[in-house]
Amino acid sequence: MFKLFDMLKGLGEQLHLKPQHSFTGGVHPQEMKKTAGLPSMTCPLPKQIILPMKQHIGDACEPMVKVGDYVLRGQQIAKSQGYLSVPVHASTSGTVTKIEDHVIAHPSGLGLPCIFIEPDGKDEADESLYPLPNYRSIDPVELRERVRSAGLAGLGGAAFPTFIKLVLDQQYKIETVVLNGIECEPWLTNDHQLMLEKAHEIVTGMDILMHMVDSNQGIIAIEDNKMDTVDVMQRTLVDMGLDASIRIEVLPTKYPQGGEKQLIQVLTGKEVPAGRLPIHIGILSQNVGTTKAIYDAVCLGEALTERMITVSGDALPQPTNMRVRLGTPVAWLLEQCGLSDADGIKVLHGGPMMGDILTDMRIPVVKASNGILAMRVVTLMLAHHQEDPCIRCGDCGDVCPAGLMPNLLAMHCKEEQFEKAEDYNLFDCIECGACSYVCPSHIPLVHYFRFGKGQVAQIRREKSFAEESRQRSEIRDARIAQELA
Amino acid sequence: MIFLSSPHQHSGNSIQLTMFSVIIALIPAAMVSVYLYGWLAVFLLTTCIGMSLLTEYVVLRMMKRDTARLWDGSAALTGLFLALVLPAAVPWWIAVFAAVFAILLGKQLYGGLGYNLFNPALAARVVLLISFPLYMTSWLIPMHMGAMLDMYDFSSSLSFFFLGPDAVKQTWDAITMATPLGYVKTELTQGVTVGEALANYQYSTLNAFIGREAGSLGEGSALALLMGGIWLMARHTISWHIPVSYLLTVAVFAGIFNLINPDVYAPPLFHLLAGGLILCAFFMATDPVSSPSSGIGKIVFGVGCGVLTWVIRTYGNYPEGAMFAVILMNCITPLIDYYIRPRVYGYKRGKQA
Amino acid sequence: MHVFYAILIFAGLALLIGVVLALASRYFHVEGDPLSDNIDALLPQTQCGQCGYPGCRPYANAVASQEAEVNQCVPGGERTMLEIADIMGVEPKDIEEEESVPVVAYIREDECIGCTLCIKACPVDCIIGAPKQYHTIIADQCTGCTLCLEPCPVDCIEMVEVPELLEHWSWPVPGTLRAQVAEKRRAVHHEANHEEENV
Ligand code: SF4
Ligand code: SF4
Ligand code: SF4
Ligand code: SF4
Ligand code: SF4
Repeated sequence: MFKLFDMLKGLGEQLHLKPQHSFTGGVHPQEMKKTAGLPSMTCPLPKQIILPMKQHIGDACEPMVKVGDYVLRGQQIAKSQGYLSVPVHASTSGTVTKIEDHVIAHPSGLGLPCIFIEPDGKDEADESLYPLPNYRSIDPVELRERVRSAGLAGLGGAAFPTFIKLVLDQQYKIETVVLNGIECEPWLTNDHQLMLEKAHEIVTGMDILMHMVDSNQGIIAIEDNKMDTVDVMQRTLVDMGLDASIRIEVLPTKYPQGGEKQLIQVLTGKEVPAGRLPIHIGILSQNVGTTKAIYDAVCLGEALTERMITVSGDALPQPTNMRVRLGTPVAWLLEQCGLSDADGIKVLHGGPMMGDILTDMRIPVVKASNGILAMRVVTLMLAHHQEDPCIRCGDCGDVCPAGLMPNLLAMHCKEEQFEKAEDYNLFDCIECGACSYVCPSHIPLVHYFRFGKGQVAQIRREKSFAEESRQRSEIRDARIAQELA
Repeated sequence: MIFLSSPHQHSGNSIQLTMFSVIIALIPAAMVSVYLYGWLAVFLLTTCIGMSLLTEYVVLRMMKRDTARLWDGSAALTGLFLALVLPAAVPWWIAVFAAVFAILLGKQLYGGLGYNLFNPALAARVVLLISFPLYMTSWLIPMHMGAMLDMYDFSSSLSFFFLGPDAVKQTWDAITMATPLGYVKTELTQGVTVGEALANYQYSTLNAFIGREAGSLGEGSALALLMGGIWLMARHTISWHIPVSYLLTVAVFAGIFNLINPDVYAPPLFHLLAGGLILCAFFMATDPVSSPSSGIGKIVFGVGCGVLTWVIRTYGNYPEGAMFAVILMNCITPLIDYYIRPRVYGYKRGKQA
Repeated sequence: MHVFYAILIFAGLALLIGVVLALASRYFHVEGDPLSDNIDALLPQTQCGQCGYPGCRPYANAVASQEAEVNQCVPGGERTMLEIADIMGVEPKDIEEEESVPVVAYIREDECIGCTLCIKACPVDCIIGAPKQYHTIIADQCTGCTLCLEPCPVDCIEMVEVPELLEHWSWPVPGTLRAQVAEKRRAVHHEANHEEENV
């Protein structure tokens, strides 16, 4: 009977009869949130900290320290190169032992320059960032600079430099600040736990954001599988006297509601136009972890050196949420949760829907690491079943939040017809994985899209290199002709 | 370790699950067919399903494909479909021919599951209708309707199935009758009004609904088909788009013309319950491979089927148009998929940002 | 008799569609005006001469005037061949595809005697150096054509693999040649990492 009701509701949604907004498509993966409600623990310092020079989307940083230097916790050790970049800070006190390439959390399994620190155990803090507790009386420009220099990048998983989103000019007036507490990925509960434990800090962080962009409307979005946080957040809002300007929206659970574009669509009914950003329609959205980090950076004067991570997975004896120093190797983290033998186990970085399989256990956690999941290979292989032919059922299109036709898109990518793939809006795919999740033929659709996107980028690079080579060779031919003449 | 992209979790849906859901949904209809035609229905069902599986196996072996594909359920489903669209009167060799044709030419020739342009069972059925019109338009009188009981016991059914009517000392005329659609059509050509024709036929809407009319095996009971169809919709194995738009279109067309001239145009409820419409709307037209993928595309497809069905039934040579309609719409599925795409997030209709 | 027709029709339909599509792609392709320019734009501009012509431009001219086949450019691989076949409106041909790792030339400078012969050979002018001095290759501009190797009297030029950049990495499709190559490179990378660790 419920199924029938659901169906009618779906029919209503399609006909836009539903009063509340929703995003098109979406799936309901098994939640597996084993760690929900477990108090978080602090991860002990590892023997070695490895800090990659690029932990955000954008340009890599340049090391500012030498081998042998003594660094303090929170001390800036690498400076940003280019605009789209944030600095890197030492996450504990100790000695820099080497600066060289090391594998990082990236599907390629390739490496980047990293700074290696051997902790001295004292964990002395650097005092160069002073606390700004009276943020309401401080110029937003200064606060924005603080957010940048504290190394903040989105902690939800995408790691987009936070300060870039905080546009202060009046051209794009931000009306609404959205706090993204959706956490729609299965297994992950780090945002959930953070909201339970640090509600005050998070709400203050949100107040800082609203002050900076001069907005007086805030929305905290939480899915209805986390009702305990709703209570806590509501109480905190009332305690702090902010319940007039900030409201909580409880949304029915659906993946990928936590996607920025989808969340905005659900909350406001507006879509972010293609090729534009949420600020262009007056919205700033931040993840709860980032918001808490904003509080730390402003009110406590602390750079980003630690984050909450869900350490879980079906192969882990003691799953939990941990506060982990950036740069801690994954192997160390899993050891703390009782994992001794890594045979038949693969580690996921991020949630199962959008995360990557780690190629190496020595990879350090970074700003974007929201979850580390130790999964049995047999479990993973259930998802990576052998590919059958597409039966054109259209399920993939039904669940696509971007309104694409994944089956045709994947076919064009597979056949290397990239122009057609682009015509089918390849680059509007947010790689949420909903399509692969439902495909009865187990076609790795997202894999094909990633392949296609990579190939298109590669072809563009090759074309521009070929064009440069052609010009160089023409110049040479002309020169030779001249010499002969 | 090879490169594996996210997602690393899966819904557990599979081709097999989809196909077997449809098979389960068809079980009530198959049971009704046994109730109507006794052992004859059993023979027909087993022959069609068995031959489909056999053909599929042989083709897979010949093409050196993985023979495990046999168990994905698609061949069994094609066989079941096929049996349900055949009249009970067909002899064994037509059933065998149809199964081989459906799998070999309807499906594998196009490249196997996923590449066929037409629903294989329907393609086979249409070919049979053109090739053997006598067998394909003779409808046995269902068991409950008369003194035919002894014809449907095990041994008589067996003789009839393999040797034809002579073997059971019957003539075609004695054991067959017209379907409501066929009867109305013939009468109309002779100037009888729809109302009178239905009265002569002793047509009853209730009978048509719960399934006591002559027709193909699976056309007997609208109720049984609806049960299966709605179950599939609730399970999201098929989406609502095609059945709803298809049936609505037929109802609307029939309704309008019935209002204009009730003597010539049959009423909508008659159209909805008659012939293979419900079977086609829920099971044939929704065949994933040969219908469009997008929601709007499916609605267009359903409307197209509806219009064609009504037009063929009303103006065509054949009394029943549902299967032709679906086959015709199958042809333009690629076109629908090309031109009708869902609106992409962040774009206005017609693709500007 | 009817049966025969029916089978014929269905078998024919599948065939017909194939033929129509093939014909359509041949007759409806868009003819560009300066054909050789368009072909030249598709070529990788490695200028290596493996096509049998002294560079990409001459090969483009030869293809445009139908003197050369469409499958002679080795560095371009299958993708380029298909593109050329498309604008020429001819059937694609087989091409030996080797999924190769990109390479650039590198001069072992302490051995170089500064004879400048390599500079004359380089089709894209990416070697710098004056007579009697060390020569250096601008790696970013080298197309990897290997033309400079042969003239060097002391054999001090070698081809080295371009290190794979994380930013330029792209997902290989599983089970393809490209995936195997990528896999191998990843293994090599990891080995290098482990060695460091062990030292
Ligand atoms: S869900 Fe899979 S089988 Fe169905 S249409 Fe999409 S790609 Fe094809
Ligand atoms: S991964 Fe891309 S194509 Fe697939 S559902 Fe998500 S947005 Fe749509
Ligand atoms: S083989 Fe290709 S890259 Fe080399 S010169 Fe000929 S056209 Fe240019
Ligand atoms: S340096 Fe050598 S390999 Fe590189 S482009 Fe010049 S000639 Fe070719
Ligand atoms: S040809 Fe060899 S020796 Fe001569 S300049 Fe070039 S690298 Fe040096």
